[in-house]
This record gives sequence, C-alpha cells and structure tokens, in this order.
Amino acid sequence: MKRGIALVVLTILFAWQMASSYAIQRFPKPEFESGYITPETLVPNPRAEILEVMDVVVLLLALSVVTWAVLKRRSRNLVFWISVFSLAYFGFYREGCVCSIGAIQNVTLAMFSGSYIIPWTVLVFFMAPLVFTLAFGRTFCAGVCPFGAFQDLISWRPRKIGPQLNAVLGVIPYIYLALAVLYAATKTDFIICRYDPFVGIFRFDATFGMFLFAGILLLSGVFIARPYCRFLCPYGVLLNWISRFSRYHMTITPSVCIQCRLCEDSCPYEVIEKPVTVKNPETRQSIVRKFILIILMIPFFMLLGGWTGSQIHESLAMVNGKVRMANELLHPQKYQGEPESIEMAAFRTSGKPATEIYSEASRIIRQFYIGGWILGGFIGLTIGGLFAGRLTTKYRTDFEPNRGSCFSCNRCVDYCPIKS
Amino acid sequence: MEGQGEEKRINRRKFFRTGAQAGVLVSLGGITALVARKTGSGEFVWQLDPTKCTQCGRCATSCVKNPSAVKCVHVYAMCGYCDLCGGYFLPETKTLNTGAENQLCPTKAIKRTFIEDPFFQYSIDEELCIGCGKCVKGCDAFGNGSLQLQVRQNICDNCNECSIARVCPSDAYSRVPADKPYLLNGFGKEKLDIT
Repeated sequence: MKRGIALVVLTILFAWQMASSYAIQRFPKPEFESGYITPETLVPNPRAEILEVMDVVVLLLALSVVTWAVLKRRSRNLVFWISVFSLAYFGFYREGCVCSIGAIQNVTLAMFSGSYIIPWTVLVFFMAPLVFTLAFGRTFCAGVCPFGAFQDLISWRPRKIGPQLNAVLGVIPYIYLALAVLYAATKTDFIICRYDPFVGIFRFDATFGMFLFAGILLLSGVFIARPYCRFLCPYGVLLNWISRFSRYHMTITPSVCIQCRLCEDSCPYEVIEKPVTVKNPETRQSIVRKFILIILMIPFFMLLGGWTGSQIHESLAMVNGKVRMANELLHPQKYQGEPESIEMAAFRTSGKPATEIYSEASRIIRQFYIGGWILGGFIGLTIGGLFAGRLTTKYRTDFEPNRGSCFSCNRCVDYCPIKS
Repeated sequence: MEGQGEEKRINRRKFFRTGAQAGVLVSLGGITALVARKTGSGEFVWQLDPTKCTQCGRCATSCVKNPSAVKCVHVYAMCGYCDLCGGYFLPETKTLNTGAENQLCPTKAIKRTFIEDPFFQYSIDEELCIGCGKCVKGCDAFGNGSLQLQVRQNICDNCNECSIARVCPSDAYSRVPADKPYLLNGFGKEKLDIT
C-alpha cells in the first residue's frame, strides 16, 4: 500500500518535472550594465502581393494579344515575339512557377482536401487558358506557356515521326494526368512539379538527373518539335478536349482552300489533316460492325484498366510517405541492417502511437484502391478511344488543322498563297 | 434533296458543338465555384514550425535554392548570452574561444561578440548560413532554444510544391497566409508575435 502511494507521488512529481522543464528558462536573459541594446530579430517580407496580381494581368494580356495575333493578324512573326516575351517573363523571370500545368494539382487538392487553401492567382492560372481555349483554340500553347514557347523556339529541324508513333506516344499525357490527379487528390505528392524538366533550367539549379532529362528533351526538341507538349504535358490533355469544341479556331486559309497542297508538310507537329473525299462510301453492314466493335471494346478496355489499377494500388500508394512509414513499422525485418531512416527517428521522438499512423495509412491505401480503379478505367478509356478514332473516318474537303492537337502556332498560315 | 441533307448535317454539327461548349462552360464554372470557396484572399507562403522541427538537416540539402532559403534565425529576446553556448561550440570544446576547431557551425556563420563579462552576443551571418540546423539542435539541447530555423521569405521562391516540405520527416512545413510568414517560437508553448 505504502509503496503504491510512494509510486503515485513519485510519478506525479516526475510528470510535473517533465511538463515544467519547458517553462523554466535555463539561462535567463541577463540584465546588461553596459547599456547594450538587444538587436531586433529581422523578419524580411515575402514577395509583394501586387506582383502576384501583376502575373495574372500579364497572363491575361499575353493570352489576349496572342489570340489576336493568331486569329486576326494571322501573323507567325508576332506569335514568335510573344513567345520570346513569355519565355522571358513566365520562364526566366518568374522561374516557371506558378504555371497552368502545375495548377492542375492545386485545383485537385482544393477539391479533395478540406484544409488546403488555394491562392486565387493559381485558380486564375488554371482557368484562364481553358476559357480562352473554349473560345479560340489552344492559343495559350502558341505563345503564352513558357514551356511551349521554349520548345517552339528551338524546333529548328523538325522531322516527322508518323501518325502511328504519334498516337502511341500521345497516350502518355493521359497516364501522366491521371497519376498527377491521383497523387494530388490523396495529398501524396505534386509529381508534375517534381518531375518538371524546365524549372531547373529556368532557375539554373537543376539536379543532375533532371538536367539530363531536360537536356535530352531539349535536344530531341530540335528534331521532334515540342516533345513535352505532345508526349508529356498533362494540361495539354484538358486543352485538347476543350479545343475540339472551341467557338473559333485558327484556319490555314483566310477564305477558301484552293487545294494547292502547299501547307501539307508545313506543320512540325503533324496535325494538318488531309481532305478525305467520299470516294468509297462504306456499306451499312460494315458501319454497324464497327459500331458494335467500338461499343464492346471501350468498356472492355476500361474494365481491364480498372482491374489492373486496383491490383497495383498498393505499389502506387507506396509513394505516400505515411504509407511507407507504416510499412517500415509493420515489417521491421525487411529494413534490418539498414541505418534508421530520418523519418523513423523523427517519428520515434514525436512519441505518437503507431496505431495512429496505421489507421491513417490504411485510410490512404483505401483511397488508392478506389483511385486505382478510376485511374485504370480512365487509361482504358483513352486507349479505347484511340482505337475507336482509328476505326472511324471523318470526311472533310479541305486541309484543316486537327482542332484538338493544333497548337495554333500559325506556321502553316505563311504557306497559304491566299492572303485575304 | 442532297443539298438539304448537307445543310441538316451542318446544322446538327453546329448544334452539337454549341451544346458541347455549354457543357464545358458549365463544368468549368462548376469547378471554379467548388474551388472558389477555398481560395484565400491573399497569397500563401511556406512556413516552418520550429516546435515540430527535429533538425534532421534536410532543409540544407533539399531546397531548390543553393544555399537553402531556410536560415537559422536568432530570437535575441530569448537568448541567455551564455559564454558556453551550445549552439556555437562543439560539445567537446575545452577552451571557449572563436577558434575554428571549436565551432559547431560548418560554415562559421555564427559571430560571437563580447558584450560584458560574462556575456556574449551570437549573431548569424545569413550569407553564410546554409540552414543545416546543427546550432539549433545544440541550442535546444543545452540552452534556451533561441536559435530557430525559419524560411527566409525574401529568398524563398515559394515553389508550388516545396521540395523541403516533401521530405520533411516531422511535417513541420505548411502553407500559411503571407501576412504572417514567420513563426518564431517564444519560450515553451508561448509564441512571440514578431512581425
């Protein structure tokens, strides 16, 4: 009994000691006699908000001017100079941040997270190019996006790579977009920012790996025009969808196409579509067969993709720091012999119970299971849509840019002999 | 008849296009409305909470800036002006002088100046500081904890995803409104409101 009381008293005393150890200033600030004045702790301010507002104003102005140059002035020269300006301002001056491409993740996170507060400037950077595209086509890509402008300016010797390879590589942006949305929605990572090849160049501080990636991309960009825009850019996917329904769009000829074929090979991005005249109309039977094939194929690809996504959801979730940590706590034998990670050390010193991290990790893994189905289904839909697009034929009489993938760079306009 | 059919097709296409435009516009508006509720009026910056910080050293190595935008900030109001400073001297130091072999700071960014017996002032040369947090750890362990790591907002690029925040093992980083960018910890749980 006595021992019990003593133990309780000791525990209370010890706990009191622990709690108050923070409250005692170990070495109180001395009273100086020599008239010493304590220096002030300086707290320099961040970049003024007025400059952030200026970014938005410059974005809207650049979008307006480039749209005018593409659709009204029909001038490649002007688009070129706006590209130079955008590269200088949004690229080297603003160091590529904030950009519309990365803003996808902020918007996604704001939609899925209760606590994340998105700066309004980021929302404008995300929305303004989409709205402009709905009205006028992808003029943002033509000369406002610093990444696009950079690649556009260095595509000196563009070579064609053919429609097949174009279509296959064109699937990558969809996968990238799906992954970026998944990782942003689960609060895991902003992969678009993390693997952005240009930011390191704009800031002259790329790591070796990223520098290598950027170097390869830019070098190949001399021969394969705009490799990032065509085969990586996740924002381009959204612009592609919207641009298909745009109210206006740049045209190769200002009036009527005379079928002179001068523009045929002018596009470095291979998006000019040749006329398809109704020479050999399909039979009704073959149309019905194709239709049934498409109807069956797309759900099949979606289910296959979704199932695959759900199967690999644990691997996808391992990118998340909390999941990794829970895994390390659960399977210590796997990590034996390795030095303790900084995360583990920090977790141990924080004194949080392991159950907390387990429940959080299992919640995140559940999110990834659902996300895996959606991600896989989306990729399946993309691939299904690709095949469906190959099967169907669209009839057109003139040389026209593909509205979805045309960057409105206006190169082809210079090849058209009709000037008014 | 043929011409009429052609016209019909064009009309149908036009109708479809207008419908799609309206659809896109509505969904863009929807996303904006959904997200607009969560927009902040001002800008946001990255902030390091010194109470959560474990001085792992990643602030020095993970920042996109070189040297890092994270610096050691001295809250003079909390300093004990000790002769034997846990943030300045290596633990096994015998003689308390400014000899390079005695200093904890790898870049010799802390300046020790004599004030009056037996007190010394310690100030940080931020040009030299790399934000490794070694002095912070020492001051926390043996002193008052007046040395604290903070993101210097005049240097920070304010990346969309802070590359230090991504690897911070103790979740000490968060986005905060730009009008209160610093979180300098006062004594214990009490926070000094320095702006």
